[in-house]
Amino acid sequence: MFKILNMQFLNPTIFRMDVEAPMVARACLPGQFVIVRSNDEAERIPLTICDYDREKGSVTIVVQIIGAGTKILSEMKAGDSLADFVGPLGQPSDLVTDDIEEVKKKKIVFVAGGLGTAPVYPQVKWLKEHGVDADVIIGAKNKDILIMEEEFKSVATNLYITTDDGSYGRTGMVTKCLEDLVTAEGKAYDHCVSIGPMIMMKFVCALTEKLGIHTVVSMNPIMVDGTGMCGACRCSVEGKTKFACVDGPEFDGHKVNWDEAMRRSGMYREWEAKEKEARA
Amino acid sequence: MIEVDMMKKVPVREQDAKVRATNFDEVCLGYNEEEAMAESTRCLNCKNARCVQGCPVSINIPAFIQEVKAGNHEAAYQIISESSALPAVCGRVCPQESQCEGLCVRGVKGEAVSIGKLERFVADWAREHGIKPAPAKEKKGKKVAVIGSGPAGLTCAGDLAKLGYDVTIFEALHKAGGVLVYGIPEFRLPKEAVVEKEIENVKSLGVKIEKDVIIGKSITIDELFGEEKFDAVFIGSGAGLPKFMGIPGENANGVFSANEYLTRSNLMKAFDSSSTTPIMKSKKVAVVGGGNVAMDAARTALRLGAEVHIVYRRSEAELPARVEEVHHAKEEGIIFDLLTNPTEILEDEKGWVKGIKCIRMELGEPDESGRRRPVEVAGSEFVIDVDTVIMSLGTSPNPLISSTTKGLETDKRRCIVAEEATGATSKKGVYAGGDAVTGAATVILAMGAGKTAAKAIDEYLE
Repeated sequence: MFKILNMQFLNPTIFRMDVEAPMVARACLPGQFVIVRSNDEAERIPLTICDYDREKGSVTIVVQIIGAGTKILSEMKAGDSLADFVGPLGQPSDLVTDDIEEVKKKKIVFVAGGLGTAPVYPQVKWLKEHGVDADVIIGAKNKDILIMEEEFKSVATNLYITTDDGSYGRTGMVTKCLEDLVTAEGKAYDHCVSIGPMIMMKFVCALTEKLGIHTVVSMNPIMVDGTGMCGACRCSVEGKTKFACVDGPEFDGHKVNWDEAMRRSGMYREWEAKEKEARA
Repeated sequence: MIEVDMMKKVPVREQDAKVRATNFDEVCLGYNEEEAMAESTRCLNCKNARCVQGCPVSINIPAFIQEVKAGNHEAAYQIISESSALPAVCGRVCPQESQCEGLCVRGVKGEAVSIGKLERFVADWAREHGIKPAPAKEKKGKKVAVIGSGPAGLTCAGDLAKLGYDVTIFEALHKAGGVLVYGIPEFRLPKEAVVEKEIENVKSLGVKIEKDVIIGKSITIDELFGEEKFDAVFIGSGAGLPKFMGIPGENANGVFSANEYLTRSNLMKAFDSSSTTPIMKSKKVAVVGGGNVAMDAARTALRLGAEVHIVYRRSEAELPARVEEVHHAKEEGIIFDLLTNPTEILEDEKGWVKGIKCIRMELGEPDESGRRRPVEVAGSEFVIDVDTVIMSLGTSPNPLISSTTKGLETDKRRCIVAEEATGATSKKGVYAGGDAVTGAATVILAMGAGKTAAKAIDEYLE
């Protein structure tokens, strides 16, 4: 059992949980994920690691309520225990495993949207701790659902916030912000990391391809075991089938087959809708 | 009294094929005491018992059968337990026809003694009567880590615990049992009634099971020896990586590996309508492959309401599945499309499977496996209109451990290299066995390897 040390809602549907998991906390690196089960009947939910404290032995996850499994998770409180919390899974981000001197030469921008804002944080934090500059663009629909602004202020070299409706920061999508920075505000980047909804990552990749910026994305497809056993998470990268759980989750975004990835992520949408109805 | 025909097995009761095709209850009902005692009279109690030579864990088969004959079922259980940690499992899933029963003298003129069903009877009887294997009296004061809680790991752990070692099993999933819980379906191997109880028995020997630990990720083998102070390690991590064919359309919605399909149904309980685990509601399914896993996937899909076709490129004689599984599958209404090989999976405009394009095959000259090589019949392509395709083409070992352990040699199939007689790997103090070494094989061969390694680990640590 894995004790919940802290539980906090960041906006009405997104919450942050610090979980006591010393083995994961000791071994994990930014870019990796865990699989969580709230109780013994629950589904296995893959979640990208959002922070960790090796001394305390804790790992932070940020979760959005989407289906039944995340709803149950959202109802748990500090002091409760999760049935399962396994990891770290997948490969760490290249930025933390590549030669640090090479990484320092890169001009890095992170482009985050919605829930994807959370897993960007440990990467930017790690870079800051290792003396690497990185700009961060965070997008949200509106001011009320923007998350983690304060945390990013202390780790990002420059932080740009943009909201779809203009209720805070710049107005428009993250792609507009990035394009403005590069084409109108004299910014130059050669490495982009984009994490967010699949459709956002697809459009960021289309833009960065045009701008000639190498782009890494973090895939979060349907998974069962997370260890390479089932192949539910397979995606096509440069025409080759990859398992996001063991080969990823980060891939070269310009080589991902986005249409296939989006189609596959919706495989059980109808099933889940019917289930929801049947159980209501 | 049951009249026994010495040439024939006492028939075992099974659920009617039509009924069982719609439920997940166990197919084979097993012998009751009267039937078991009747069948036991057929054993010739051979001095030079060939059946024992056919058993990968060398159970003293004639001795336990003689105890059944005398009605001493507890004594029979203790004899089996000396050699096997999982008799209720083996009695159900071992390929007896090619092992113990394949060598039985009775089988020369008539049918072999039904050794598997007798083993199952004894194990079930012991469980129902609360009889457990006896733990070690003396402790060795040494720690052994076992990676994986499947058949190889459980057997190795059980044997080492009986010898007095302090054994911890590390399991990656949230439930112990490996392929016994994620792979083999409920209707062949009940989980709560049988598998969980067998695992309880192993735990009652003092074995600890740590779930949610992925060796190579959460902790490495070197760390197990270092800070965790283990004296030896056994790797029984199985062959978990599914193979795909590499044909067009394989990533369409509705194409699954058998591993995924079975894991959803078995481990995640999608077979149970009260579970929240999604599983495709298929109308017509093609299962590609002819092994036991293919039969399990096909029979699962059938029970979930689909018409199911097995698509296999060789002929019936070459089907790698156990005869009993093929027989049961046919009885239940699985359709066998033999000498048929898929060339493409067809998608509808939304990317869902709408058919599988196949080509007819004929058998040519024998290949390196000794089986006749299937050759395509030119121009014979045709389409089976299915909405689901399950790929059951075998599995290979997961590289998570080998890629994170320095000095652990693997072969080109990514199998861990281990000495057959001991399970010793290229790394000192590290032993391996089961599918992680051989590639996908059977439960009992994995158990045999776990047993061999336990003996070698004991000698190494002495």
